[in-house]
Parts: sequence; C-alpha cells; structure tokens
Amino acid sequence: MKYLSEYRDPELAKKYLEEIKNTVSRPWSIMEVCGGQTHSLVKNGIIEMLPKEITMIHGPGCPVCVTPLNLIDKAVHLALEEGVILCSFGDMLRVPGSEKSLLEAKAEGADVRILYSPLEAVKIAEDNPERQVVFFAVGFETTAPANALSVIHAHRKGLKNYSILASHVLVPPAIKAVIDDEESRIDGFLAAGHVCTIMGNTEYYPISTDYKVPIVVTGFEPLDVLQGILMVVRQLEQSKSEVENQYARIVRENGNVEAQKVIHEVFEIRNQMWRGIGEIPMSGYGVKGKYSDFDATKKYDVSIEEAPENPECISGQIMKGIKKPFECPQFGKKCKPSNPLGAPMVSSEGACAAYYHFSGLVEA
Amino acid sequence: MQLQCPMPKLDFDVITLGHGSGGLLTNKLLDSGVFDLLSNPILDQRHDGAFLDLKGKTAFSTDSFLVSPIFFPGGNIGELAVNGTVNDLAMCGAIPQHLSLSFILEEGLKVSEFWDILVAIKFACEQAGVQVVTGDTKVVEKGKGDKVFINTSGLGKIHPKANISASNIQPGDKIIVSGQVATHGMAIMSVREGLEFDSEIQSDTTNLNHTIISLLQDYGSDIHLLTDPTRGGVATVLKETAQSIKMGIDIFQKDIPINNQVGSACELLGLDPLYVANEGLFLAFVEGDKAEDILSTLKKDENGKHAQIIGTVTMEHPSQVILESAIGGKRVVSMLPGEQLPRIC
Repeated sequence: MKYLSEYRDPELAKKYLEEIKNTVSRPWSIMEVCGGQTHSLVKNGIIEMLPKEITMIHGPGCPVCVTPLNLIDKAVHLALEEGVILCSFGDMLRVPGSEKSLLEAKAEGADVRILYSPLEAVKIAEDNPERQVVFFAVGFETTAPANALSVIHAHRKGLKNYSILASHVLVPPAIKAVIDDEESRIDGFLAAGHVCTIMGNTEYYPISTDYKVPIVVTGFEPLDVLQGILMVVRQLEQSKSEVENQYARIVRENGNVEAQKVIHEVFEIRNQMWRGIGEIPMSGYGVKGKYSDFDATKKYDVSIEEAPENPECISGQIMKGIKKPFECPQFGKKCKPSNPLGAPMVSSEGACAAYYHFSGLVEA
Repeated sequence: MQLQCPMPKLDFDVITLGHGSGGLLTNKLLDSGVFDLLSNPILDQRHDGAFLDLKGKTAFSTDSFLVSPIFFPGGNIGELAVNGTVNDLAMCGAIPQHLSLSFILEEGLKVSEFWDILVAIKFACEQAGVQVVTGDTKVVEKGKGDKVFINTSGLGKIHPKANISASNIQPGDKIIVSGQVATHGMAIMSVREGLEFDSEIQSDTTNLNHTIISLLQDYGSDIHLLTDPTRGGVATVLKETAQSIKMGIDIFQKDIPINNQVGSACELLGLDPLYVANEGLFLAFVEGDKAEDILSTLKKDENGKHAQIIGTVTMEHPSQVILESAIGGKRVVSMLPGEQLPRIC
C-alpha cells in the first residue's frame, strides 16, 4: 500500500530499535500525546520491543476520552428530542454518559447517525428541512477545520435547521497542564502529527524552552513512532530541549494556514473542561457569537445538571501519565470495554481500551 | 455478469400488507412467478412443508439476513441468504441440498426490487446446486422492518470423507485463509449512508460448497476444522476457536491477504480489517505437514486463488491469539465488545 507499507518495513524497524538501544543510557519517560499514536504503539506491539529504559506514557490526546460527561449527557438529551437527527463520529456513540450512551439512546428510538464528515451532516439538514440536525463536533485541532466548515456551509446555504454541539480541545495547553501537575514525571513528548498538520509547530517552541523538554512532532505509522522516540531519546541523552519535526512529509512549520482561517472564522478560544482532568484555561474552541444560530448550546435549552464521574475511574491520572491502566484496581475487573467505567476504556485510542485489547495483560 | 429474468406483469408495484395475509394477494404474488422461478419437484407440491428422504449423517443450519442497503456492490440480500446457509453447511463438511426460504417484507417494498432479489436467489441456488423446498412470506407495516429480512435454513448430507470438529485440532496445525479478508464488510461500508466513499470494492459473496467438497475429496480428515469468518471477521473466529480448543494461535500480519483498496479503506476509516465481515471466505485448520499441499490445491480454485497460510496452532499461551505485527511486534487479538465504529481521526 503506497505511503503506508514503506513505514511498516520490518528491517528498518529493527534498525531504529537497535539505534534506540545504542543511544539510551538511563531511564526516560516519554509521553505520546495523541491517541492515534497510542493505538499504533499497542497495535504494532512496539511497547514490548522498546528497551526497558524507555517508558511510554499515554497522553490525553484521545478526543473521545476527554469530552466532558456533561456534554455527552447533552448530546443524549438532544438526540432524544422529538424531530432531532443527531450526527456523530463513530466512536463517540459508545462513550458512557451519566445515564446512557448515544448507542443506548439510539436503541430507545433516537435518530443517531454515524458520519465520517461533518459536511455530510449539512447535507442531511438540507435533505430533511422539517427536522433539526445536530452534529456532535468533538475532537482536537485536527477535526476543527471540517467542523467549522460545516457551519460556514450551513450559513451560506441559509440553513435554519443545522447546529453543532462543539467540544473542541487544544493540544498545547494540555501539554502544559500535564507538565504542571506535581506528580508528572515526563521527560519528553511526541507531539501529535495531525494536529500540527493543521496548526504547525510554532506553538511548541515556548513550551520546550520554558519547561526544558524535547518535543518531537511525530506521525502514526510504526516507523514514524520509532523514529520520533529515537529523536526524543537523542535529545534527552544530549540534554537538549528542542522542537523537532519527524513528520516533515506532512507537517509544515506554519501548518495549514487556510484551515486555520476557517477555524478562526467560526471558533474562539475559551476555557474548556476535560473529562478526567478538569478545566484547563484557554484549552478549547467555542462557537463565536456571530454563528450562535449554529451553536446547539445556544439554540436549545440543554442545561443539564453536572453528574459526578464514577469515583472508581482514575482516568485523569491515566491521561496525565501518573498511573498505567493496569495500576487501576478496576482495570479488567469492573471496567472493561463492554462495561466501561470511564472514557479511556471506550475508544480504541483510549489508553485503557488499547491496553485491554492488545497488551495481553488480561484475558477478554 | 448481469443475471436477468423478465419480471412478470403485475397489477401492483409495491408490496402491501395484503401480500402477507395468506389470501388472494399472497397467492397472486407467489403465482406471479416465484414458484416458477424456484421450481423443483418438492417445492412444486406446494404443501405446508417439504417431504424429504434423509439418510445418513446430515447437517442442519439456519441464518437470518438483514443487510442495509439490500443492494450493494457485488450482490444483494438474496444471494447472501442462499450463500450464507450453503456455506454454513459446507463448513460442517456437508453437501448442501435443501433450503427453506422465509421473507419478512416491509410494506412499500417495490415489487421490482423483490423480483431482483428472487432472481439472485434463483441463480445462487443453481450455482450452489441446492433447491428451495419450502418457504414463507410475511409483510410488516411500513417502519417496522428494513425493506426485506430473509431467513434460510438448510440441510446437507455430510461428505463421507469429512470429519470436521474443533476437537481434531492439534498443536502444529496450520491455519489457511481462503482469500482476501474484509472485502464484503468494506463493500457494504462504502455504500452505507453517511460513510460512502468511491471505490471499486465488490462483495465477495459466493457459495463455497464446491471448493470445500473438492478439498474434502482430496484431503479428507487432514482438514480438521472449517469455519467462515462472517460477522466479527477473522479475529473473532480465531479467538472463539482458541478459547474452545484451549490452545494458542499465532498469526502473522504479513501473511494475511487483503485487497489494496480494501486495506486503504480500512486505514481511512480507522477499522481493523481483521474484525470486518467476510462472506465468500473460509478458514481451514489443517494437518501441519499437509498444509502446503492443501494450499496449492486450493490456490487452483477460483475461490482460493488468494489463499494463504496465516498461522499456526500452539500449546503456548492457551486460549490466546497472538498476532505478529508487520514490524515484528506482538499483540493479543481479542473480541470486540460490539460493532467496530469508525474512529474520529
């Protein structure tokens, strides 16, 4: 498969692993920020192949995992409203709300549809003028342009029956929050390649300088991840703390400027709740006032009381890298993909689900 | 090849509740050509049930079919319903002979669509060499079904050389996959509302009984277990088998055949092809030292030209399936908690 098989070459993987082994001289903890990288690490069995000095810590970059409980409750509530079509990316459907998931709402008769592109939701709104279409717009900077574009399209078409329930989170403030945590013990970061494809690398320079941590913008294929780890280890061994770009075949220094324009047209930066972590200042996107007609939180009265998280779920500590999934007393016991206590057990990008499925530590 | 039989002239173009009433309209629908289309001496008796003369060890299987959309690239629900049960019988080492065919139609279904489904059923039966010997048609109100649901059950005599059982599996057995994985599931996905993408991916639905019978003829009891990885895909079937035999299974990603477009589509949607549904595909657990022979025979068959040996049964890690990734890492393959859902990014 062109552009994929090249990055899954077993011989090159061996060379990178050798090089990492030859370079490392002491223990290092490296956080891969993005859930896609966590998925790649476990799916390809990379964690077990790394030298024991290297501990990979799985960061908060799983959009499904950090979407606030209250917002899922709102989505479920909207989905069950008469006449509403709620559209969502696939893996949001199984995430447990305080009472039920979107999948369960669907079973109760809610019209919940899985989409691959938010523009498809605009089309559904056009085709169903008598219905209200709400797109559950979650994700990091990566999905923000398409979600913003859906609002722009709906605005241009004069649609009155389209809105988004937005929960967009941003990577740089999350990295800062992770480092600022007193219990944090992270020496270097693999930054999320696709987030940087949109936003570029420049936001990361102040972080690496201020906190003296190496940050390597990294892709998702096995060789990408291995090379990214090698680049971080090299910096750490040489006491460097720079921003480097492993994913240069896709990521440009300034990112995708057109996509950024679209984001800034529709969204503004605001404080944002992260499930399991709490509020992080200026870490999310909300819909700007000029597009408030397309903001489901303004359009509908969906004030739903904040429900408490399951006290047995330690997802915050997992996502900050303070604990590993198997250090949670409920991991694989009360908490399984078939009965998740918290979001990281839901998406295959979530650290707990990834460990559960792939690591062999537990029996399904 | 486009299979066609001219549709009879009828004075109705959509299915209504009356077509399932058992009365005049039902008879009109059935007489319009259904019986002619599927005609055989047993069905033609038009009795409440079929009279069969069964001797010897017989396999019996049933399956229900509800696919959306009912017409998809490479086929429709009709041939799926025939091939599904035919293949389940073949997996038992049986020679499929008789099918029952039950429809639950949703009010409003176009008669022309129903006819196309029937024609597909006719040709699928001919290809597999089976007869529909009894059937039923019911109609549900609009909104209470999804156009057409079909149930088929089937009977087949066990091939004299067949001895198919998970208990025959031994450490050292090799696992053969008969073709490229994930093709059917991705063909359906490519036309599912909201997830459509342009591709030339066609469902691999087909009857496997002739392929299986000729393998059994040549290799008999060297074939220990046959299983078709439909829902849940190859991974789920392997995991189920490992659990039932309490032995381990090692598989190798580099050996798993997959069509380029199918693989790309899976990457795009964030789906693992090992969990995607298949139709015209089977897994065979075979005697280790005969595996290469069986593979080379299978490769000569139209349904086996992409066949590969993908794994081995082992006494290590009992009940676990371990996959060696393309770069040589190892991971556990487990069952999914539900349907595989496309990832956000």
